[in-house]
Amino acid sequence: MQKVFEKPVSIDEKPFSYCAGCTHGIIHRLVAESIDELGIREKVIGVAPVGCSVFAYEFFNFDMCSAAHGRAPAVATGIKRARPENIVFTYQGDGDLAAIGTAEIVHAAARAEKITTIFVNNAIYGMTGGQMAPTTLVGQKTDTTPYGRKVENQGYPIKVAEMLSTLEGANYIERVTVISPAHVNKAKAAIKKAFQYQIEGKGFNLIEVLSTCPSCWGMSPIKAIEWLKANMIPHYPLGVYKDGAKTE
Amino acid sequence: MGEKVLMKGNEAIGEAAVSAGCRHFFGYPITPQSELPAYLAKKMPLVGGVFLQAESEISAINMVYGAACAGVRVMTSSSSPGVSLKQEGISYLAGAELPVLVCNVQRAGPGLGTIQPSQADYFQAVKGGGHGDYRLITLSPSSVQEIIDLIRLGFDLADKYKTPAMFLADGMLGQLMEPVDLGEYKSEIKEKPWALSGCEGRAKNTVTSIWINPEEMERHNIHLQEKYAEIKKNEQRWENFHFDDEAEFLVVAHGSMARIAKSAVIKAREEGIKASLIRPITLWPFPENAFSSLKSLKKILVVEMNMGQMVEDVRLVVNGRIPVEFFGRAGGMFPTVEQTLGKIRGLIK
Ligand SMILES: Cc1ncc(C[n+]2csc(CCOP(=O)(O)OP(=O)(O)O)c2C)c(N)n1
Ligand code: SF4
Repeated sequence: MQKVFEKPVSIDEKPFSYCAGCTHGIIHRLVAESIDELGIREKVIGVAPVGCSVFAYEFFNFDMCSAAHGRAPAVATGIKRARPENIVFTYQGDGDLAAIGTAEIVHAAARAEKITTIFVNNAIYGMTGGQMAPTTLVGQKTDTTPYGRKVENQGYPIKVAEMLSTLEGANYIERVTVISPAHVNKAKAAIKKAFQYQIEGKGFNLIEVLSTCPSCWGMSPIKAIEWLKANMIPHYPLGVYKDGAKTE
Repeated sequence: MGEKVLMKGNEAIGEAAVSAGCRHFFGYPITPQSELPAYLAKKMPLVGGVFLQAESEISAINMVYGAACAGVRVMTSSSSPGVSLKQEGISYLAGAELPVLVCNVQRAGPGLGTIQPSQADYFQAVKGGGHGDYRLITLSPSSVQEIIDLIRLGFDLADKYKTPAMFLADGMLGQLMEPVDLGEYKSEIKEKPWALSGCEGRAKNTVTSIWINPEEMERHNIHLQEKYAEIKKNEQRWENFHFDDEAEFLVVAHGSMARIAKSAVIKAREEGIKASLIRPITLWPFPENAFSSLKSLKKILVVEMNMGQMVEDVRLVVNGRIPVEFFGRAGGMFPTVEQTLGKIRGLIK
């Protein structure tokens, strides 16, 4: 019998602990497939965030550490500066990257760190049970915006891909999603490219992935995908925001 | 014996770190330790090292965490307000058992305080400034020569026990110019098979400080405590000045303060007072063994550049056997030789 589909070598044996229908799992797989196909598994060092993907180092099958909440880009900087020959990436949620860790990601991008960041934007804090994230949409209900996010009180959501692409140090910034096979294919190509650039010695590279959180959004997985499509994509348009850093 | 060279305290920290094999430094500017990053910004590129100015002390300590994960000797430095910001990172380093050296060239607080020298971060360093049950090997130098020796020792001890170490100096030492002998030092940089280097030819390595299962988390805590007990047993260091069977009076002081206290003790001895001095070099582990026998001692005076911190550890060790008095000044002011001598005279009466 011919095997036509198997687990990437870069995925470990441990079963994922994500909720049913959560797109963190798909994104993990795309990262693992990209790393396998580029043949860099034995050179990769990953940095896990604080958030639902805090145990990413158990799910991936290569060297990894976990960072304090929001500090993954600084940790990755330390690793990459110590071992420039390795391929270093961070995997971060939107609370981790765009709230508590805003300074770290902005400055890693500004310094043109030769790292790759996989940024999972699900418009909410998943791990802590569904509070407002910096990416929560205006009007969106969460545990801490029970009447919906109001501009007068909580201001506006942060558009990370747009913001970081204004920095000269940013090399490659693309926003993708994983809500259909076609979207998944595009996301995979983007993630792979974000690693390929690092192999070529280029950075900073970030892929923002619009992701679902059916549990905290209080929706079925199918409903969550529809909600993402109807609400998140209009506010967070998909596409390439930056390709090629300024070279002097 | 090598040749003696004149060096400023802050620069000696940098020179010693490089001689100890440290090629990675991450920090954020703050007075009164600014000569150190300036020195390393010049030096690191010349020795193939990395000097990076971070966007904050929080970032700097996390860069240090990353470099330590990657298995290199790494250092950060700051002064009091900046070291407060590093506390979260220090707790993670202790939990993840990463060897690094953190320098604090203390200034006076609380809050923004003043840039003048102080010893007010003693509690923060030795009692655990961050969250969780952890200890930091804490070294206190009192001369520029000792800065060189203790920076090297700090790296060695951090590696030996896989734990962060704190180098606790003060602004006075940072600015002090003294001749030093760089000597012949061979750093014993151990293999770090646990480090993250890419999993080529081996199973994957993981560095973390999370154990979500309480039984495992307790086991990790017990493991850390066993390590700390080992450090306490092996690594207590202090200087003994005339503390013998005949001493009737003991002064306890560390760092810059110990230099002043020593002069006061010498003067007291000239006046016929049987005074002595213990200068803790390791603040944690606190040199309890130095106090094992109090002999003919009548009184102890602890002198600090703060409102009374190390005095608590001295009282714990002495455990009520004899009176332990305190004299300190704060806010960048420090007890003078005359004032300290005055206290000794007053207490011996
Ligand atoms: C310093 C600190 N503050 C707060 C927390 C609590 N906390 C854990 S995860 C999290 C938010 C995670 O949300 P996000 O980054 O969006 O990731 P997700 O769980 O949605 O994947 C928070 C606030 C923490 N662990 N550390
Ligand atoms: S809480 Fe949300 S983000 Fe976290 S695993 Fe569940 S669905 Fe995914």
